[in-house]
Amino acid sequence: MLENSDRIFTNLYGFQGWGLKDAKKRGDWDHTKALISKGKEWIIQEVMASCLRGRGGAGFPTGRKWSFMAKDDGKTPRYLIINADESEPGTCKDRDILRYEPHKLVEGALLSGFAIGAHVGYIYIRGEFYREAEHLETAIREAYEANLLGKNAANSGWDFDLYVHRGAGAYICGEETALLESLEGRKGMPRLKPPFPAVVGLYGCPTIVNNVETIAVIPTILRRGGAWFASIGTPDNTGTKIFCISGHVNTPCNVEEAMGIPLKELIEKYGGGVRGGWDNLLAVIPGGSSVPLIPKDVCETVLMDFTSLAKVKSGLGTAGVIVMDKSTDIVSAIARLSKFYMHESCGQCTPCREGTGWVWRMLTRLADGIGVVEDIDRLEEVTYEIEGHTICALGDAAAWPVQGLIRHFRPELERRLRK
Amino acid sequence: MPKLLIDDREIEVPEGMTVLQAAELLGIEIPVFCYHPKLSIAGNCRMCLVEMDKSPKPIASCAMPACEGMVIRTQTPMVQKARKGVLEFLLINHPLDCPICDQGGECDLQDITMAYGGDASRFELNKRAVPDKEFGPLIETAMNRCIQCTRCVRFATEIAGVTELGAMGRGEDMEISTYVQKAITSELSGNMIDICPVGALTSKPYSYRGRPWELSHTPSIDVFDAVGSAIRIDTRGREVMRILPRQNDAVNEAWISDKTRFAYDGLKYQRLDQPYARGKDGRLSPVSWDDAFGIIVDHLQHIPGDHVGAIVGDMADAEAMVALLDLMKAMGSPHIDCRQEGIESESGPRCSYLFNTTLAGIERADFCLLVGTNPRWEAPIVNARIRKNYLYTGLPIALVGPFHELGYPVDFLGNDPLVLEGILKGKHPICTALKNAQHPLMIVGQGALRRDDGDAVLDVTRRIADKYGFIKKVQSQSRDSWNGFNVLQIAASRIAGLELGFLPGPKGYNVKGMLNAARRKKIEAIYLLGADEIDMSAFKSTFVIYQGHHGDRGAAFADVVLPGAAYTEKSGTYVNVEGRVQRGLNAIVPPGEAKEDWKIIRELSGKLGLELPYNTIEEVRERMMEINPLFDGIDQIRPASWVDFGKAGSISPEPFHPVIQNFYMTDSISRHSVTMAKCVQEILKLDKRIADHD
Repeated sequence: MLENSDRIFTNLYGFQGWGLKDAKKRGDWDHTKALISKGKEWIIQEVMASCLRGRGGAGFPTGRKWSFMAKDDGKTPRYLIINADESEPGTCKDRDILRYEPHKLVEGALLSGFAIGAHVGYIYIRGEFYREAEHLETAIREAYEANLLGKNAANSGWDFDLYVHRGAGAYICGEETALLESLEGRKGMPRLKPPFPAVVGLYGCPTIVNNVETIAVIPTILRRGGAWFASIGTPDNTGTKIFCISGHVNTPCNVEEAMGIPLKELIEKYGGGVRGGWDNLLAVIPGGSSVPLIPKDVCETVLMDFTSLAKVKSGLGTAGVIVMDKSTDIVSAIARLSKFYMHESCGQCTPCREGTGWVWRMLTRLADGIGVVEDIDRLEEVTYEIEGHTICALGDAAAWPVQGLIRHFRPELERRLRK
Repeated sequence: MPKLLIDDREIEVPEGMTVLQAAELLGIEIPVFCYHPKLSIAGNCRMCLVEMDKSPKPIASCAMPACEGMVIRTQTPMVQKARKGVLEFLLINHPLDCPICDQGGECDLQDITMAYGGDASRFELNKRAVPDKEFGPLIETAMNRCIQCTRCVRFATEIAGVTELGAMGRGEDMEISTYVQKAITSELSGNMIDICPVGALTSKPYSYRGRPWELSHTPSIDVFDAVGSAIRIDTRGREVMRILPRQNDAVNEAWISDKTRFAYDGLKYQRLDQPYARGKDGRLSPVSWDDAFGIIVDHLQHIPGDHVGAIVGDMADAEAMVALLDLMKAMGSPHIDCRQEGIESESGPRCSYLFNTTLAGIERADFCLLVGTNPRWEAPIVNARIRKNYLYTGLPIALVGPFHELGYPVDFLGNDPLVLEGILKGKHPICTALKNAQHPLMIVGQGALRRDDGDAVLDVTRRIADKYGFIKKVQSQSRDSWNGFNVLQIAASRIAGLELGFLPGPKGYNVKGMLNAARRKKIEAIYLLGADEIDMSAFKSTFVIYQGHHGDRGAAFADVVLPGAAYTEKSGTYVNVEGRVQRGLNAIVPPGEAKEDWKIIRELSGKLGLELPYNTIEEVRERMMEINPLFDGIDQIRPASWVDFGKAGSISPEPFHPVIQNFYMTDSISRHSVTMAKCVQEILKLDKRIADHD
């Protein structure tokens, strides 16, 4: 269990003000200049030492991502992009950071931007986050007024400008290269990789795209040291993480906890337990809608980190824990997710464009008990024809929940067909 | 140069090549839909997935750069499964209407499914229905068949330079569409039909008229402009069914203009299929070949040789021209000209009328100055090359002449010929850019030369070329030679005529002179070889022999009409703008009693008692080589050496006039094409571009 003193987001619930004055009281913007004066290498070193893994879902080590960036030739601009297009069903961690801790993000942007050599940062915020964008813009304005951004930001000698760009509410624009396309004014469609954004990104320049939570923890890591962050959680899965508990629990909430906390503890302690008691649990989607669900017996013991969840063929994703009790029509629930992915597919590449709709339609038929047992096999095969064959990960995200359903609830599917 | 292993075979490829291209070099076939060698890489069809060592997922070979030490496998179960899967996805919403689809038989989806697909459909739901789109008079759409490969979108945006196509909607609702359902305004739009891998975009004039396996293919050369695009004439029986491009990277790459592709239906209307002679009633009536020749012989007997003239039109082949040249010489007439519009400035050295840079050379230019030309209409293929250079290098382009939307940004210097003098004197702001350019390119259009001060304009442009380093002679070390001075011809026959010397001899009249002389009765008989664009009123009292394939302006004025062959009906030699000698084959025989043109002239020479010394086309061609060895090198270019030309004179401030008023109707074939008429109606009128010019 995480000590209160180790929490990074001390105003996650908005009990205090979110403006600059209150943020400073919580320690934000405290000697930012001193951190910057230690140099880029030191910052990257500390982030490497913290073993921070990206909080956007894929869990790629942030320090390594930064180190992949093309060498600074002194001529080409470099960009920092903060991905605030949080749209994963079951996930609302970035939303609360933007609402109540915007200055952590703004300060993190300055420090990260300095570390990667960027003078300009963009925050791509989901269009539906209307109020959140207002908070963010206010925070940025406050920072500019206090000379914490702009020319010679925070007296550090580094110029850094930060802009907010509102998206129009497309899930796919949370994919980093689709985000870049959208930011450049085009249709949000993922780019081919390689080249990766760290080499050829926004406007063809080296670009780092990081999640809101990733950037927001950077100032604290630098203040308290990478070693402190690495001491929390389990090896390879260090630090604290905001978990979003939703669904059939008594008290749905966001909570910052150490990585590797047992799922059961998370639900019992912070979610107030499953509605109707633990035994009423049917399954949990542990990492936002993209990851396969895990049934109750797995939930008993599994730890909430990237490695442990991968071992049970699921994933930590964005740590959006969706709890489903036994009243859930599990097939319809997954079918609803399939519909979401069909709707959000950008339509660029074949397997996702054609496959997501087919999967949804097949799954809807199965939910209604229409078809024969072989249809389940066909559905599963089709999901494997999508997975890994697409330009971006949306194809995988559409396939995994269905694969999880068939893996764990095939008897339920067959029962419906027999009816 | 990275070395990689593909299917256990090692290959070393140049930097920047993709895995797909490397595999092609090894002869390993990887199926593709969205990849096209002339377009940007989209990587969206996912058909080209292959296995790469150390990658858990298959990779898109069309988009993956070949890197040192890669190990690629294209035949593993993983790859086969991926291909099968992609094909299954493409087919679930693709209507299986191949029996009524024009693409059937030459469809990538059909072929690739046969080779890599599954055997039966597992899809039992309803297929998606997509409303068809209106793309104008040339392109038929069947959007149910579209597989969203976006080749057409990329073609329109990149090659044609018209951003009129796009993908609307997301996911499975994504549709290819013009923004507001209007005709595509590109002169290259027909190429979208070729690059569409399925039957979504097909030819409207050709729709439901033939199947690919019924057609015979004949390689030939286009004559609608002076570029000499490589074409393939597809025929069924005695009918030309369609015209397609052949790939020739030196000339037209893979593209042809819409006029080249669609004007062929003009070959079916208003054809001259038998000889005609004007009777006492003043009307043309059909006669036999013997009678026609008899009438000509009767007339010419009473006319001195130097009172006969000959003018060649824009589509004549070199064989016909050399025969007519020899006949006129035999008759003792110096009055011959191959420049029917009456231009005078082209009789100079070769470098003064050729596209010296060559078409492929356009891509090396780092500055482009257009003088009195609208390449988009005068030579769409040249325009596509300029745009290509602009797209890859940001080529700066300046224009002196009438403004026209060209598909790339142009620095418009005004339609004032005196600007050229300013540039020559170094007083124009553009001079700095010209001085700094390493490979400056100038294209002088016919609009700048077909005027009374054409010689003076040519002189000024030549001086500009000399002054600003448009010509870089071969240097011993760098071997980098460059000639950036170009004249853009618009007549397919022109360069061949000039190379053969089909020009006024000593004391001979040029076209203008002939017209004047005809009015003064110094020219009593005129031989028009497909020449329609001249002022016929001068020939009121002249004996006019018209030889050609269409009953157009020339035939209407003729006393005797000799039916010749159109370009699809004869084996002919043409020399394109850059001086490339090219040869087309005859796809069909001429209609009715019409004959190949050189044969008509050869026969007439016999009747006149001036028998020409050749009886076969090979002998005609030997004669051509005798006159100019250039004709020995088919598909070759002989660069012109740079010498002085032009006559200094004063340039009039009169603005340059566009030389083509209506792209779709420029000659006797396209004027009789129904398809071209529809284009005028639906594209030009809609675009109001004709009104702008009038």
